[in-house]
Amino acid sequence: MNEIARVSDFDVKDYLRLNLMPHFMCPGCGHGIALRSLLWAVHELGIDRNKLAVVCGIGCSGRTGAYIDANTFHTTHGRPLAFATGLKLARPDLTVVVITGDGDCLAIGGNHLIHACRRNLDITCLMLNNEIYGMTGGQVSPTTSATRVTSTTPAGNTEPTFDACKLADAAGASFVGREVTRQAPALKNLIRAAIEHDGFSFVEVMSDCTEIYGRKNELGESAEMILSQKSDMVPDGLGNAPDQPFRPNRMATGILARHARPEYGRTYRERSAELRAGTEG
Amino acid sequence: MSSSLHSLQGNKACALAAIAAGCRFFAGYPITPSSEIAEQMSRDLPRVDGVFVQMEDEIASLAAVIGASLGGSKAMTATSGPGFSLMQENLGFAAMTEVPCVIINVMRGGPSTGMPTKPAQGDIMQARWGTHGDHPIIVVAPASVQEVYAETIRAFNLSERFRVPVVVLYDQIIAHLIETVELPPKGSIHTVERKWASGTEEGFKPYAETDDLVPVMARPGDGHRLHVTGLTHTEDGFPTQKPDLAAHALNRILDKIERNRAEIDKVEQIETKDAGTVIVAVGIAARAARRAVQMLRSEGIRAGLVRPVTLWPFPDEALRAATANARAVLVPEMNAGQLIHEVQRVVGGSAKVAGLNRVDGEPIPPAAIAQKVRELVADE
Repeated sequence: MNEIARVSDFDVKDYLRLNLMPHFMCPGCGHGIALRSLLWAVHELGIDRNKLAVVCGIGCSGRTGAYIDANTFHTTHGRPLAFATGLKLARPDLTVVVITGDGDCLAIGGNHLIHACRRNLDITCLMLNNEIYGMTGGQVSPTTSATRVTSTTPAGNTEPTFDACKLADAAGASFVGREVTRQAPALKNLIRAAIEHDGFSFVEVMSDCTEIYGRKNELGESAEMILSQKSDMVPDGLGNAPDQPFRPNRMATGILARHARPEYGRTYRERSAELRAGTEG
Repeated sequence: MSSSLHSLQGNKACALAAIAAGCRFFAGYPITPSSEIAEQMSRDLPRVDGVFVQMEDEIASLAAVIGASLGGSKAMTATSGPGFSLMQENLGFAAMTEVPCVIINVMRGGPSTGMPTKPAQGDIMQARWGTHGDHPIIVVAPASVQEVYAETIRAFNLSERFRVPVVVLYDQIIAHLIETVELPPKGSIHTVERKWASGTEEGFKPYAETDDLVPVMARPGDGHRLHVTGLTHTEDGFPTQKPDLAAHALNRILDKIERNRAEIDKVEQIETKDAGTVIVAVGIAARAARRAVQMLRSEGIRAGLVRPVTLWPFPDEALRAATANARAVLVPEMNAGQLIHEVQRVVGGSAKVAGLNRVDGEPIPPAAIAQKVRELVADE
């Protein structure tokens, strides 16, 4: 009930560039829920939109940023974390959020992901995982579940997948979480905790591509797809994550890892200040 | 304070110049023969409250540079052939989104891994045309350590002035050459800042056309919440596919350079007034050519040198004027023939154009250039 009370003073329209509506996401796409959950978290945290920078890559996820009434950067394919690294190092006063996708983040951008995790700059990375390259017509991605049909796996996917959260944790991300679009309040809370976390935060958002992925695999209408998320997930959270393979099998949601590690930007600035003091003194 | 003399390596001069020009962000990836620039920046930037970061590759390096520049910092990276190849996509992004940045490309033998410790001039065309699509770019080509210092500062100034990526192109010899450099006194260096929006302008459009075609830039946090995209965009920064708007957007960023050539062009000419044979060369090849001109003049052969310091856009007008009375033009370059195509385009049929090429990782000596000129004169 508390969540419902909090919804009432959040109007997503306050945070959107309404002149760009209607948006171009397909009907039933889960990315809108992810976007709304992010803005809801931004609202609750009271972040000044002038100081909010949203950095996106290429693909369906990459096009979500433009709708946010903040400083938005639509960069090159796979590279938003690298752009965000420069932006955050140059402008530590900005809240930097990266919105990326499973292809953008794990395939072409995989190298940047692991090094962003390792560096531990105070950036929040939302990876919208819909298991497919939607923008280019539905090709297989590094998270496409086994046997799924895509336009480049016409006989069903035979490649193994990544568990992005385990990858991020192993690479050194100091905050790792996963949530489904079915549970917007929980997703909002996770994103909020990720932004509040001082260090690199990786959040995997399980989003549905109904028009392409759902259609090709006969997963039903968008309502059916989003309802099926419930049976796919185990809301155990930190400490209780079961060792399970990826969707459509059961997988953990919530905060999956949280480590106290020095935020890199502050470490660099403190060391630089010491050097300057030494030079001047 | 007066100027001071220092014995400096080319790459070190580049780093010192960048900081003097106001560079406060460097992102890079180790690569021979440019690494000394990163090493110097890693030492110096923290001392001026700047940021150095070694990224995971050259793609990320230029991305981080553009990110920092979008945040308001003057930013640069330094690399060599293989790394420059990896940077091409983001270089196009900077050109398209009009984000100032400076890229140092120290040329080594290529293609591929080539000869990492040997000099070459094989990236002359890549520096202009490496990224896909029509795009604006400025490339400067210093020929001495002193000039590396001056041209690195000018690169930052041009980049800020025109909101365009600027490439500083030199080779392994100049990078590692140690020469006496006269450094100007602190405070005497002319630096240029990009046109910043105050953040309070009514109806601000981030890509609105101005008199000089260079739009005013908005800094995140100052009030304008802007959108930046590599997609073809309108004056408000948002994507468009409308033919008239798309054509206008591309033509403006191209015209921005062409219409401001007077501020961009820089050509050195030696003995070209009465020259019957004009040598056209850049960088280390031009230094050999300068000596060759002296040798030839002492023999009574009327040779001259045209050296584009701003290599791109190519100095058509200056070259056309300098070769108006020439019977032959020689283009010595440390590649299989790149600059010569531009020279042929400009000179046309008005003079015989010949090349002198070397691709073995060694510089072209003055005597070889002088001998080639003698042959051209004998053929007339």
